[in-house]
Amino acid sequence: MTATLHRLTAPGWYRAALGIAIGFGVGAGLVTLIRALYGFDPAWDTDSVVTAGALITAPLGFLVGIGCFDYWFYWASGGPTRPEDHSGHGARSWKDYFRVNTDHKVIGLQYISTTFFFFVAGGLMAMVMRAELAQPGSQFVDANTFNGLFSVHASLMIFLFIIPVFAGIANFVLPLMIGAPDMAFPRLNALSYWMLPIGGIMMLASFFAEGGAFATGWTAYAPLSTETPLGQQFFTIGVQFAGASSIATALNFLVTIITMRAPGMTFWRMPLLVWANFTTSLLVVIATPFIAGSQFFVLFDRTLGTHFFSAGAGGDVLMYQHVFWFYSHPAVYIMMLPGFGIISEVISTNARKPIFGYRMMAFSLVAIIILGFTVWAHHMFVSGMFSWLRVPMMITTMLIAVPTGIKIFSWLATLWRGVIHLRTPMLFALGFITMFTLGGISGIMLAVIPFDIHVSDTYFVVAHIHYVLFGGSVFTIFAGIYHWFPKMTGRMYDETLGKLHFWLSFVFFNLTFGPMHLVGIDGMPRRVSDYADQFATWNAIISVSSFIFGLSFLIFLYNMISSWRHGPKAAANPWRAHSIEWQVSSPPPIFNFDEVPTVVGGPYEYGVPGAVHAVFKEKKPAAVPAGGGGAPPPNE
Amino acid sequence: MAETPRSDENGHEGHPFAQMISIGVVAAIIVTTITLLMDWFPTNAAGAASKIDTLYDVLLIASVPIFVLVMTVAVYSVWRFRARPGDTRDGAPIHGNTRLEIIWVTVPFMLVTGLAIYGWVVLNDIEAKQPNELQVKVTGQQFTWSFEYPKEKVKSSQLMLPVDRPVHFRINTKDVVHSFWVPQFRLKSDAVPGITTRIRVTPDKVGTFEVVCAELCGIGHATMRNRVRVLPRRQFDAWLARQKGGPAGGGGGGGAPGGKAIFTANGCDSCHTLADAGATGNVGPKLDDLATAAAKFGKARRESAKEYVRESIVDPRAFTVPGYPKNVMPTTFGKDLSKEQIDALVDYLLRVSGGKGS
Repeated sequence: MTATLHRLTAPGWYRAALGIAIGFGVGAGLVTLIRALYGFDPAWDTDSVVTAGALITAPLGFLVGIGCFDYWFYWASGGPTRPEDHSGHGARSWKDYFRVNTDHKVIGLQYISTTFFFFVAGGLMAMVMRAELAQPGSQFVDANTFNGLFSVHASLMIFLFIIPVFAGIANFVLPLMIGAPDMAFPRLNALSYWMLPIGGIMMLASFFAEGGAFATGWTAYAPLSTETPLGQQFFTIGVQFAGASSIATALNFLVTIITMRAPGMTFWRMPLLVWANFTTSLLVVIATPFIAGSQFFVLFDRTLGTHFFSAGAGGDVLMYQHVFWFYSHPAVYIMMLPGFGIISEVISTNARKPIFGYRMMAFSLVAIIILGFTVWAHHMFVSGMFSWLRVPMMITTMLIAVPTGIKIFSWLATLWRGVIHLRTPMLFALGFITMFTLGGISGIMLAVIPFDIHVSDTYFVVAHIHYVLFGGSVFTIFAGIYHWFPKMTGRMYDETLGKLHFWLSFVFFNLTFGPMHLVGIDGMPRRVSDYADQFATWNAIISVSSFIFGLSFLIFLYNMISSWRHGPKAAANPWRAHSIEWQVSSPPPIFNFDEVPTVVGGPYEYGVPGAVHAVFKEKKPAAVPAGGGGAPPPNE
Repeated sequence: MAETPRSDENGHEGHPFAQMISIGVVAAIIVTTITLLMDWFPTNAAGAASKIDTLYDVLLIASVPIFVLVMTVAVYSVWRFRARPGDTRDGAPIHGNTRLEIIWVTVPFMLVTGLAIYGWVVLNDIEAKQPNELQVKVTGQQFTWSFEYPKEKVKSSQLMLPVDRPVHFRINTKDVVHSFWVPQFRLKSDAVPGITTRIRVTPDKVGTFEVVCAELCGIGHATMRNRVRVLPRRQFDAWLARQKGGPAGGGGGGGAPGGKAIFTANGCDSCHTLADAGATGNVGPKLDDLATAAAKFGKARRESAKEYVRESIVDPRAFTVPGYPKNVMPTTFGKDLSKEQIDALVDYLLRVSGGKGS
């Protein structure tokens, strides 16, 4: 009896289940009571109950139940001081990954596993869509389901995969890189993670809502989104949880980077991954509240009868698009800058060379985030907004090519006269540089207004965003996962399978998304379940390629799972890298460092005789000596 | 960058940088030529189209070489500087090169500035007001387009345009955001609730093209298509005259309009199937057995079949046939159609679906 009671009062899954039940009861009861008091008939309204109970109060109950707030509540209630026993920190068994844990390494892996789950879910939806689009007409799903599929696909990929998986990788790697024992706010870090699956499950669950999943695209343009069935609310509210998670993590990164760097780690000695997450976090903190706002307006229009977006009642339809894109354009940099950071680490390590133009690499990140706030309306060239804004936005958009170009050219120059190890992460990094360049180029084209007028809302845009987000972001994610796999798991991945994964994805990625440029310019609109017969051949080719492309992911999955279980044990520093995370064991000790490292030089001093990045005082310099042999060519 | 001839550790001879640049330049010329020869666009049927197609060619010339050069540097470096098995050397400790960095800031800057100015010029060009414009009002609704020639007082569900005469479209919507797009004209504009958007086109090719909705507008978005026919001037005038004289399909008053004309002119056919009107839409309930359904559902709602059909048109939110999506049918028909038109439509629908007309 007491054991049962203890289960229900101690943080964990039993109390979480109870929390969900109580949360739902409170929300459902409150909204029904209010309706009854107002005399609404019927008092029990499914839409209101689902919105208030299932989507708002039940998840909050879950968070309380699983234990995200225990420490803070205890503290706030003025109870006696409880010495921290670190029982909620670090993973000693697999079960520790399924509870609230304050260790940044555990949270990092929780993030990565969760986000890859949603990546698979979103990917399967893409497969269903490609099956439907393999030939014109309607074969497998009806129009409403199809609209739901691409909407949920995009929302999951953006809000539940790309944005948070970068937070996961950085969560694991970044504190180690700057020589910190953990993130600045470990409990906030745990809360950030646990809000994430709520948003994702909500979006998936929308398929079971009456009227089907939200079907207005991830852009959820009003007034379509204020009129569609209940499923829309699963997006509107799901985004709030994912967004809150994102903002809290970004704040955490900012404070961690500013205050917790090891002695000697000046800003100009930070690895570029740290720079990238610093700038990304600034973007997240400033921009994310705007999408939260836009979705709250939609929610209020839907549930409270406000008129933010009803033109007939004084609302302004275009306001939605402005507020939405004021977040969602910076969001593409939120989805790209951390990848830039990963690529800098991977390229410099695997080419055995310092990053070319390190300071310009950091400055260009800053330039991108500043310019990133001045270009949102390029998504609205055909939206009917006041026309004068288009030309300035075209110019700023095209100017972003300059700092982005600096990065591409500097990575290429880093390759030059290196000693290039073509390991899997390096292959993905090279794939990224080339594919992202192509995506950047189609981006420049889209910025030129007269051309954009023709191709906006066509498959050309679909091609562009997949070159930027898959050929760009996802390739950097794969590069990062392979690169830090030994550090995260203490095991080596299988190099042959990794290379097979790369070549299959690289080739079939191009065969899937390359032809979309052609059909787009030729006149095929996006977001359609059916299309004119003239596009049939290309679509068949695209669909077949996409299936092989999708299957290639299974190789990655198999490699990760089997290597994690049976792979050969990894040394502390298998890539002979200089940055601090490689100077501790693989996987790192629960509290990261027995002793705080001291940073004595830049992070990428490959080839500089005797150069090290960081030292541990009592031991010998932990960093590998630069250049295992072979002096640099004499004629430099 | 090393320019002196030397034999490097991998045994390659010669100027690596010069060698790479020559490969890159040749590859860039070949690939750019191929992309220029490709047939990217649909038929070019308006004055602005050729300007946009030329702009695209310029964009290809400016950008494809950059992509090819990036590819070349990446592939060449990997080939040339690849580590041999067991190779533990480090690369050359090059930290940067100010001159090179200045070049790759200024060159892209000038390139994009030039392209932006060119884009601006083209934009002003294609949007310039033309003399003797034909005024056409375009209205989007879920899930069809309708057209009106306000000066000529003609309404139509099909867009007819005279060749070689500038057209000024004023675009509206009755419900959500749509986007009016004719790929062959290269021009597109959203239809936004509460505002009127405008575009100008001068069709210069006789033919039939599709009007495509490019902005996601709901369940029927994929099939929201109408036709635009560009006619020789005299045929267009004749068509206009016929429309003025003949039965007005849409909201035009006068006479007793036929139910079938009202049905097709108001876009009912884009969502509903009705054999008599040749309609094959599949968003809403099929109307071929409407009479039976109206009797059944009307009885449950204590309405006559006629009242039921009328309510379904005027106040579609009141009841949705089970199995069909709610809140999809526009609620504007009660305002847009006159009482006589609604009566005619109800009679027509019940008659052709096997019930009793009036």
